[in-house]
Amino acid sequence: MSAARVGIVTFPGTLDDQDAARAVRLAGAEAVPLWHADRDLRGVDAVFLPGGFSYGDYLRCGAISRFAPLMDELIPAARSGLPVLGTCNGFQILCEAHLLPGALTRNAGLHYICRDQRIRVENTGTAWTREFTPGQEIVLPIKHGEGRYVADAQTLAALERDGRVVFRYAGDNPNGSLNDIAGIANEAGNIVGLMPHPEHAVEELTGAPSVDGRGFFTSILKKLVNA
Amino acid sequence: MSLDTVKRALETPDERQPYVELGMKDDEYERVREILGRRPTGAELAIYSVMWSEHCSYKSSKVHLRQFGTKAPKSEALLVGMGENAGVVDIGDGWAATFKIESHNHPSYVEPHQGAATGVGGIVRDIMSMGARPIAVMDSLRFGGATQPDTRRVLPGVVEGIGGYGNCLGLPNIGGEVVFDPCYIGNPLVNALCVGLLRKDQIKLATAPGPGNKVVLFGARTGADGIGGASVLASATFEEESQAKRPAVQVGDPFMEKLLIECCLELYQADVVVGIQDLGAAGVSCATTELAAKGTGGMHVDLNLVPLRDPTLRPEEILMSESQERMMAVVAPDDIPAFMAICTKWDVPATVIGEVTDTGRLVMTWDGEVIVDIPPGTAADEGPVYERPFAEPAGQAALNADTPDRLPRPAPDRLRETLLTLLGSPNLASKEWVTSQYDRYVRGNTVLAQPADAGMLRISEVMPGAQETTRGIALATDGNGRYAKLDPYTGAQLALSEAYRNVAVTGAKPLAVTNCLNFGSPEDPEVMWQFAEAVRGLADACRTLGVPVTGGNVSFYNQTGTDAIHPTPVVGVLGVIDDVSRRVRSGFVADGLRVMLLGSTGDDLGGSEWAHVVHDHLGGLPPQADLEAERRLASVLTTAAAEGLLEGSHDLSDGGLAIALAEACLAQGVGCSVTLPGDDPFVDLFSESVARALVCVRPEAFDTLAELCARQEVPCHGLGTTGGTALKVDGLFEIPVEELREVHTKTLPSIFG
Repeated sequence: MSAARVGIVTFPGTLDDQDAARAVRLAGAEAVPLWHADRDLRGVDAVFLPGGFSYGDYLRCGAISRFAPLMDELIPAARSGLPVLGTCNGFQILCEAHLLPGALTRNAGLHYICRDQRIRVENTGTAWTREFTPGQEIVLPIKHGEGRYVADAQTLAALERDGRVVFRYAGDNPNGSLNDIAGIANEAGNIVGLMPHPEHAVEELTGAPSVDGRGFFTSILKKLVNA
Repeated sequence: MSLDTVKRALETPDERQPYVELGMKDDEYERVREILGRRPTGAELAIYSVMWSEHCSYKSSKVHLRQFGTKAPKSEALLVGMGENAGVVDIGDGWAATFKIESHNHPSYVEPHQGAATGVGGIVRDIMSMGARPIAVMDSLRFGGATQPDTRRVLPGVVEGIGGYGNCLGLPNIGGEVVFDPCYIGNPLVNALCVGLLRKDQIKLATAPGPGNKVVLFGARTGADGIGGASVLASATFEEESQAKRPAVQVGDPFMEKLLIECCLELYQADVVVGIQDLGAAGVSCATTELAAKGTGGMHVDLNLVPLRDPTLRPEEILMSESQERMMAVVAPDDIPAFMAICTKWDVPATVIGEVTDTGRLVMTWDGEVIVDIPPGTAADEGPVYERPFAEPAGQAALNADTPDRLPRPAPDRLRETLLTLLGSPNLASKEWVTSQYDRYVRGNTVLAQPADAGMLRISEVMPGAQETTRGIALATDGNGRYAKLDPYTGAQLALSEAYRNVAVTGAKPLAVTNCLNFGSPEDPEVMWQFAEAVRGLADACRTLGVPVTGGNVSFYNQTGTDAIHPTPVVGVLGVIDDVSRRVRSGFVADGLRVMLLGSTGDDLGGSEWAHVVHDHLGGLPPQADLEAERRLASVLTTAAAEGLLEGSHDLSDGGLAIALAEACLAQGVGCSVTLPGDDPFVDLFSESVARALVCVRPEAFDTLAELCARQEVPCHGLGTTGGTALKVDGLFEIPVEELREVHTKTLPSIFG
């Protein structure tokens, strides 16, 4: 059987694409580079939108990337069930593209913050979280200046009611996110966005002092293999 | 204003020119006239004034800096030495590292955010121009007293600027320093370091050989940024007029720089670059003269072709503009289409603005008229050289005579309190408020980062498709202005000692040096004495330790009125570890380990943190450097690390053993129980003697390490064991780790919010 193929999108200003590709490879899948200007998903089985400052975060984080030619292909594919994970700037892009509800605004403390953060996994039914146990606490790095999740009361209520809050900050809320939300999913559970960085927590030697990020990649691999 | 052409300069030889306003002295102007055999045009005057500024020409420092070459130790690792954009060292397996530290002090005072941001941008382009991929940055920062009002303006802006720019480039920030002292209140120091990686056979140089080759300007378009910045901001003392220069500070666009990085790497990969130079201070003037001077010798440039952000710019302004995120490449005509295609892919504007010639002249035209016609070497390499007078400061002897011996020392029952006072003081307190604003993880190769003694990066996977290696590199920067004030010769050596030791405690072997020399006005003989002594000390120490200086930067005029900063040589050391998985983590990493102190302790309290924090005292002499002891200690540490003997380590420096123990406990929240080795607990705890490190080892490794130390003649004392939730010093005190953490972490947030 050929390896599962996970696309890694590079926009101008994307930074964590190398990390994302490494994490995918370490899990045993093939990392397929996807270029923002190509209208081509290259037949991948899943897509990872990594972090960074696409288009310099100019105008608003993710606001310009949302209009990249690649997104014209990705948006309908994601709506039809293609597994998509967006971290940090990738999460911001998913919100700007209306694949996920709500928005990410300036941190409450007004500072960019990079730290190892405790996260609680609230929903293990998504394509990217099946390997975790409900309520499991994991440690992942966060590194962002605009990670404060906000949505209107109705949307928040719906997210909570439907179990679509996938991750919550445990301990100190680092950015003032409503309901301590660190990550959410769409209704079908194939699209997940979160501010923390699982791709920086997959190796003992480097990155965060945990390997809890591995679960994201083993989750998607098992799903693709079993599909 | 009419165009000042060469023809017009010949016709109007006596026209008065604003060379004084451009920072030139009478004799310097006369020399330009001699070189050209006529008065310079306005454009030529612009070129000479910026190229001969202190910042670009090193005219006051050159005669001293030569020692870094004449005293350089033999090093097989050195591939490119001083004089290029950055030095390059061989780190094995076909890989080379290039690194450099540079100041952006004055702009960071005027406009902290943009000043610091563009400082990062500038040093990153230096590294790119060597053919390397930039892989990490570090910052050595000095501010006025932590609670002085202006520090609250400058520090947050500097930190945001560094973070805002560096984070957006995707470069992990893996270390550096933050130091407070009232002497820096009007002259903060922002020294930015960047390290890059390249294959040994891929080194690029700033040279323009081959007549007919095209000169391409690429990156951001040229605006009115920093016009006069190099010569005015970097060469003049701060007085009231600095406020009027506010718009002269450059503004950075990190997004464009990120595109430039990826674009340059693809250009190198495609092998379509003959020579390359970044545009920093003095912009197009510097890039064209330096490229031409190091190549075939001639270049023709049509300045009308320079893409402008501000279409009203005059040619003189284009030449002096310091707009950021620009590079200049020399490209073979046949490669131009491929070059342009790569720039287009990355949305980087690129324009052919001229070509290489064999005339030996740098000729520039505007509207078809010749406005520059000079031998480029006269601007790039043959600037004035000053043997400035120097003299030991009048108060130096009195300062050295005022030793800390007269200061009351704490009784044994006050040592606990003294430790906590120091640990919470701004210089020793946690710098997390600063470093948490920097991304230390991006690119996934960060093995160690602050607060570890040195940053460490895995080399493998830095470039796709390149040869795998187990190697890693380590980097540390250090400097101590108080030590250098007491004795600049020793102070510079101590800066090197500490950076060298910080690299060694991680298990890496120190290999090469970069330095950033921050001083007051070279026109003051007392400052010049400090400078001459510091350079002499550093050059001597580099020779003894066998680590060559590969490059660096001098920043003069860090003074307000007659008040100069403490002389502050900052030294960066790069080391290599053969197997990065053998890296030694920082501090006490687990319970049940034996704690050992390597090195010997004397009564060294001159210039110490204790004297500074408790008594606000600066006098006497700093600890004496012991370079042979440093070398032996480093040898023990790297050997022990390679043999897997060390579980954790931490160097002893500011605040002595007391602070080292506290920080080692804080690293992983692991306590310890220790017994002090000497007769005087105060000296044991707070002396700042050199060549010492704290390590923790598995009990079964204790004897092996002790034997290794004995063979290398490094004194070693078993202090106790790790474990528990407190720092316990037998017979003296016990401090819960949580109390240490509270004291250590609250200081900066309580000041800066």
